[in-house]
Amino acid sequence: MAWTRKILRVDLSKGTCKAEPLNMEWAQLYLGQRGLATKYFVSEVDPKVDPLSPANKLIMTTGPLTGTPASTGGRYSVVTKGALTGAIACSNSGGYFGAELKFAGWDMIIFEGKSPKPVYLWIENDKAELRDAAHLWGKTTWQTEETIKKAHQDPQIRISSIGRAGENGVLYACVVNDLHRAAGRSGVGTVMGSKNLKAVAVRGTLGVGNLKDPKAFMAAAAAGKKVLAGNAVTGQGLPTYGTQVLMNVINEMGALPTRNHRDVQFEDARKISAEAMREKRPTDGKTHLVANSACFGCTIACGRISKIDETHFSVVNKPEYWGANGGLEYEAAWALGAANGVGDLEALQYANLICNEDGFDPISFGATVGAAMELFELGIIKKEQIGMDAPFGSAKALCELARMTAVGEGFGKELGMGSARLCAKYGKPELSMSVKGQEFPAYDSRGIQGMGLTYATSNRGACHLRSYTVASEVLGIPVKTDPLVTEGKADLVKAFQDATAVFDSAGICIFTSFAWSLADVQPQLDAACEGNWTMEKLGEVGERIWNMERQFNLAAGFTAKDDDLPPRLKTEPAKTGPAKGLVNGIDKMRPEYYKTRGWDAQGVPSKETLKRLGL
Amino acid sequence: MRITFKLFAMLQDYLPAEGRQNNALPLDLQDGTTILQVIERFGVPLKSCHLVLIDGNFVPPSERNTRALKEGETLAIWPPIAGG
Repeated sequence: MAWTRKILRVDLSKGTCKAEPLNMEWAQLYLGQRGLATKYFVSEVDPKVDPLSPANKLIMTTGPLTGTPASTGGRYSVVTKGALTGAIACSNSGGYFGAELKFAGWDMIIFEGKSPKPVYLWIENDKAELRDAAHLWGKTTWQTEETIKKAHQDPQIRISSIGRAGENGVLYACVVNDLHRAAGRSGVGTVMGSKNLKAVAVRGTLGVGNLKDPKAFMAAAAAGKKVLAGNAVTGQGLPTYGTQVLMNVINEMGALPTRNHRDVQFEDARKISAEAMREKRPTDGKTHLVANSACFGCTIACGRISKIDETHFSVVNKPEYWGANGGLEYEAAWALGAANGVGDLEALQYANLICNEDGFDPISFGATVGAAMELFELGIIKKEQIGMDAPFGSAKALCELARMTAVGEGFGKELGMGSARLCAKYGKPELSMSVKGQEFPAYDSRGIQGMGLTYATSNRGACHLRSYTVASEVLGIPVKTDPLVTEGKADLVKAFQDATAVFDSAGICIFTSFAWSLADVQPQLDAACEGNWTMEKLGEVGERIWNMERQFNLAAGFTAKDDDLPPRLKTEPAKTGPAKGLVNGIDKMRPEYYKTRGWDAQGVPSKETLKRLGL
Repeated sequence: MRITFKLFAMLQDYLPAEGRQNNALPLDLQDGTTILQVIERFGVPLKSCHLVLIDGNFVPPSERNTRALKEGETLAIWPPIAGG
């Protein structure tokens, strides 16, 4: 077994911390992390619960490979009912926090209730206690980490915390760990803030020694690392250029959502690309990118560490932003850039730093700014309401709005609602580029058809990390499919969704899937985990998790009508590029997908499907 | 015939200096010049030419030695890369 077999239940209302045995029967059915924590969540929480009420729960969870020598085995997730979406939420993060939690001897932490005052959870191996966080409330995630480490006189403590965005009710607030890694989407940080839980600080020294067959596991882990190192994507492409190398690819393909999806190609895409990150700036002769970085146990190292231009308007007289820091990654660069028509790399990095520092999702924030800029250009929101001119392309507006959103000032309060609520408030709900209230990531589904079905059916709202068909439709991984057609996409999306659920439940990073198939993960899991972990069993686990999440959302009130795209993507054809003249074919793909899933015409899993999966 | 030739990521070093700044180079070619001939002219390792697009449309490996370029087209090539 690679589970510690122990969970920590924290009652924030009563201020108690209690250890419980892990349900090993469930572990055999749901593996760990996303799957197992969601099983706990749906078993304990009313699907109709108000996400911000004390009756909602929040689970921080590791997988069986978290903390082991498996490559990328440092992942952890935050599971709750999302504040932004009202749907099941599971946000996954790297860094070092997950492994540290495992080293302290815990598979997961279940938070319930609401603390009467701000607290943080301090875990030192078996010892767990709630401590006063009055002095931390109002601080950024960066200040919180520093303050806690100083207070405990231990720089090796790992911390997950919320910033001021999570305190102020920004509906897409993150939980940030290790300064610039985040459980980023769906507002999991907002739920944490609603519970007056500022941070979780962990020091673990127990290691992970409980593998089923250590010798076989080390051999399987080494074989997996060899595959990653030998693969041109994970061995060279990602460490050298990072995720942002996609900017020019997706733009060239005419699938880069631009100016709130008005356009599919951005004239300044190259200025905010991975290639631009490596070029010397005319102002100071330095490159934006200074190094790549890796999370715990990772042998890919896709992370970007950059230094902002100290002379840029956004950071003049702000030396706290001048040091080496996290970013930019593709999604943030797109959401803060192309989505708003902003082609100023330094401005994007500044806004990205604010998102990290105060803990809010740059995808939802950037896309919400895009919606606000469209409302401004249509004359629906005036300069006086925003406090400035905010046309598409305004780097100054982007930077100032990031600051205002972080601290809940003026129009920043409205941006903190997310695009769906913002656009509805101003009578233009159709201008929110979102599904189930969550904003799209960086792929236009008119140019990559499978991503339309991915977004529409994602259990946590629009998201690329539930079924990354871009791998197949654009990059040819594992096989190349045509991005401009709908045929075959129902099967493709289902296959990606089920496999991703397994990766997300194992404790490893989904980026391994650029080189690994489930067949590479299976021997590692089977050697680490008690039980017989065959390919067939893993396939069932993935499908079971997907249907379990679906059942929760249906019980929460979602219907087939919520498995849809905004009208812009269904009625306004792409203006340029290979997809010129195309809209997304979601209405054709959706019924095929339901059938492939074994669901009825309303998207409800049939009795046979549920029985087959043991649900 | 004039086309635009683009190389990205690790492949951009195969462009002459004037093309590296924008990852793009205007290129005059004889009619009938194929993708493969352009790749060989710039000494780009064939095995590194993973993603080959003409005007944003994917050209499979089997067609790269026969597909002739046309006036005004953009040929763009990437090594194996990914993101997310």
